[in-house]
Amino acid sequence: MSLVFETLTLVVLLLTVPFLFRVIVGPSIFDRVVALNGVGTLIPLLLVLIGLDYGRVDMFIDLALALWLLNLFTTLLIARYVRDKESIP
Amino acid sequence: MTLQEVVAAIVLATGVFFLFVAAIGFVRLPDVFSRLHVTGVIDTLGAPLVLLGTAIYLGPQLAAARLVLGLVFIAITSPLLGHLLARAALEAGYQPGRIEDMTPVTERFGARAPSEPAEGER
Repeated sequence: MSLVFETLTLVVLLLTVPFLFRVIVGPSIFDRVVALNGVGTLIPLLLVLIGLDYGRVDMFIDLALALWLLNLFTTLLIARYVRDKESIP
Repeated sequence: MTLQEVVAAIVLATGVFFLFVAAIGFVRLPDVFSRLHVTGVIDTLGAPLVLLGTAIYLGPQLAAARLVLGLVFIAITSPLLGHLLARAALEAGYQPGRIEDMTPVTERFGARAPSEPAEGER
């Protein structure tokens, strides 16, 4: 069972690479914001899986919930800021 | 491995599969709005299945209740963020991609093809 958890942790870690690719390459600023939102949803899931690895989900789920809250407010504020700054016809 | 662990592993693997689908779509799709649509796959199928699999593996504990709390949190905030980002992109002046650039839909729909939107329409 530990092998399953380690494999899934590694897969989710590798799955952040396409999103980071969009953060770097993405043609517009909104692509980057959406990609950051996706990474911010994936990383707490990675934390939950790491918690399964260590057998301490009860600690890691609190960190994951805090990161999800941070992701919500970060995306909200960046979206409001960028909407006012960006003007592309 | 007990039955509970097998079910948890299957649910976890299904969730990670949907995360994989979302990652592929995020690189391949052409538009800001279609990429937002793919982010919804993470929030509606990927993350809840991973959390549900973890909760199944843990069984009746307090941590499982907090996992369900995280699931409810994602279910609330995902439509909020999607709506907000799409609206911000529209108000900044981005237009959704036209379907005529990709495939001849008129052949499938015949004469009553969906008319193309006007130029200044949002």
